[in-house]
Amino acid sequence: MMLTGSEILMECLLREGVDVMFGYPGGAILPTYDAMTKYPQIHHVLVRHEQGASHMADGYARATGKVGVAIATSGPGATNLVTGMATAMMDSSPIVCITGQVPRAAIGSDAFQETDVTGVSLPVTKHNFLVMDLDELAWTVREAFHIARSGRPGPVLVDIPKDIQTASTEFVYPEGEIVLPGYQPRTTANEDELDAAARLINEAQRPIILAGHGILMSGAMDELLHLVERSGVPVALTLLGKGALPENHPLSLGMMGMHGTATSNHSIQQADLLIALGMRFDDRVTGNLATYSQHSRKIHVDIDPSEINKNVPVDVGIAGDLRTVITQLLPRIEKQQRVDWMARIRDWQEDDDERDILHHDTGDRLLGAQVINDLWLHTGGDAITVTDVGQHQMLEAQYYPHQRPSTLITSGGLGTMGFGFPAAMGAKFGLPDEEVWAIVGDGGFQMTMCELATAVQEKTNVNIAILNNAFLGMVRQWQEFFYEERYHATPMFNPDFCLFADAYGVPNMRVTKREQVEESVAFARSVQGPVLIEYVIEKEDIVYPMVPAGADLHAMIRRPKPGERENA
Amino acid sequence: MSDEIRTEQKVTLVTLVANRPGVLNRIASLFRRRNFNIDSLTVGRTHRQHVSRMTIVVDARLANVNIIAANLRKLVNVIEVRVVSDEPHVSRDLALIKVRTDDPESRNMVTEICERYPGRIVDMGVKVAIVEVTAHEAQVEAMIEEFRPIGIVEMVRTGVVAMGRGVRIQDTQYEPPIMRAGTRDNGVQQTIL
Ligand SMILES: Cc1ncc(C[n+]2csc(CCOP(=O)(O)OP(=O)(O)O)c2C)c(N)n1
Ligand SMILES: [Mg+2]
Repeated sequence: MMLTGSEILMECLLREGVDVMFGYPGGAILPTYDAMTKYPQIHHVLVRHEQGASHMADGYARATGKVGVAIATSGPGATNLVTGMATAMMDSSPIVCITGQVPRAAIGSDAFQETDVTGVSLPVTKHNFLVMDLDELAWTVREAFHIARSGRPGPVLVDIPKDIQTASTEFVYPEGEIVLPGYQPRTTANEDELDAAARLINEAQRPIILAGHGILMSGAMDELLHLVERSGVPVALTLLGKGALPENHPLSLGMMGMHGTATSNHSIQQADLLIALGMRFDDRVTGNLATYSQHSRKIHVDIDPSEINKNVPVDVGIAGDLRTVITQLLPRIEKQQRVDWMARIRDWQEDDDERDILHHDTGDRLLGAQVINDLWLHTGGDAITVTDVGQHQMLEAQYYPHQRPSTLITSGGLGTMGFGFPAAMGAKFGLPDEEVWAIVGDGGFQMTMCELATAVQEKTNVNIAILNNAFLGMVRQWQEFFYEERYHATPMFNPDFCLFADAYGVPNMRVTKREQVEESVAFARSVQGPVLIEYVIEKEDIVYPMVPAGADLHAMIRRPKPGERENA
Repeated sequence: MSDEIRTEQKVTLVTLVANRPGVLNRIASLFRRRNFNIDSLTVGRTHRQHVSRMTIVVDARLANVNIIAANLRKLVNVIEVRVVSDEPHVSRDLALIKVRTDDPESRNMVTEICERYPGRIVDMGVKVAIVEVTAHEAQVEAMIEEFRPIGIVEMVRTGVVAMGRGVRIQDTQYEPPIMRAGTRDNGVQQTIL
């Protein structure tokens, strides 16, 4: 059958199981937009800014584990995808970005809307392609999806010149196995590695598991649970690792790192063994490397060999798939209780509890922590929450415990403001039966709030919770601690978010008192399509504990206990 | 002179890569992005049409070689990476050195130096001569130092290339995938619509 390049692209997307893509048309991609009319099986979501498309594809991918697809025109359309690719790269999220390019003959001539997007995206993609031969298009799309989802997943860009999209050829779908000779992710551990790791675990007195995103990506939640229950080793989670172990499990210590629980951080510093599973010792979880967990031996398992010994030198490094490796490891692990170690940990937890703001009398101020806690309560702790970046993000991580994997979607590695709302939409497209909440700050929401029109046009049933503190709150917090309270460029003039929602015909509600939070959840649930709730919260709140950037992990700034003076 | 005079801090990686567009750019971008210091990087063709070979020399005091190798292996177009300086190997650097020869004394000195090194005069003029030397990097450097007082006016070096000794063979059966549907029989199953 003779097909155009655009039609071949659509045929290939169908075969990859694509059912939705997020994009924005323009000259260089128009042939493909025209071809879409023949492929109604693939729903196209018209965004309002290509950055939104890239985050939607990412949110879709993180929610479903499938590859998310974003599509844009050349030049400005393509460059608008860059933030989304960088975000997906840092958090190992599988997306494929398709861009139109000027016709082959015009490449290099500074043609209208020409950008060297394979050059621009090189450092923020796992791999990218410029298709210069129509006969290579189908294979290239297959390779792109294969690379995006295999090994350590990540974003892949396919740039397609306009004349390739319009040219026709006899279409033959190449079904052979994709073999990329150098690219063969190792999945299993060898006997020596397993023996060495098991010996350390069985002999350790004060071990702790650091569980990261890799557990979720490899689907190793059950295996982790078995490992934890057999070995009796407590677990600290990275931000992206939330959901790796149900957070109500008695051995879950909550998040680690800059705004992690003090219990997790103390446990790491006092441990005699770290078992790092699918995490990468980011500076936000280690603090000062020179004093990081100085007295521990270290085991590190990750699918990506280049992560092992990158930031923290380890005693046993295993490059492999978490699910496979933990399964291999389990029979070697002895059953243990670890009573003494857990007693120390319980003491830290009691101290954490005493300092918890929810246990303090805070008068009638509405605090972000209360909003998140009550959202957790009234959504039954079972919603998919998608956050933006800032104080509200850290409060989500602290006050919304997740029991299921992949129910918190957040930009961890890049910390991309503007991610939350579009990513929540993408998640909802992927999992239409789940309750999805975008939890965003007043600052970050304004970066991509144009997508409200997309949500209305698509009738996307997503709940938007804006935690409005009229500040770039997290930056304000740094200014309070480290810049002598010079609040420069952090107080925000904001629109009336409810009037803004009205302008789009979106039902909305403003919450100023804690009692209203329950009602706001019921209201959101009663609305089909997008709904916006503005929570007007305390302006000058602080997220505790905090490890200042580069400080020792145990040197946390703590919230004072009731009756103590502020120590900051 | 033997090839075993190894300046210990230098580590040599040999990388086989698929000849795909932009592959050199990808490698260079990796080194820049990860802030890896390179002493030299050379690229050349091999006896296989679709495979190029890169020799990368890094200073091991400034970089973790295993991390560099692991990062190279993550690049989709990289077929194989080996640290050849961990094994017996031969390494060579080539230099073209243009030196001043505008008086009998300098001419004599240049000729004399070339006799002591694996170098030869490939172009002799009244004012300058071009010397070609192919040798271990350390020898090339020593020779250059001897020319310096005479007067080097122009110089180029290729950077180091290296190969494991004996049966340590670094090769690949790599053939690019047959993307062009139906034109070659590569055993790949195809559906015709
Ligand atoms: C695109 C982008 N620009 C700047 C930053 C730096 N930054 C991190 S948190 C933050 C403040 C976020 O403010 P807001 O969205 O209101 O959330 P809050 O902290 O108040 O909850 C800023 C500016 C960022 N993370 N991303
Ligand atoms: Mg704010």
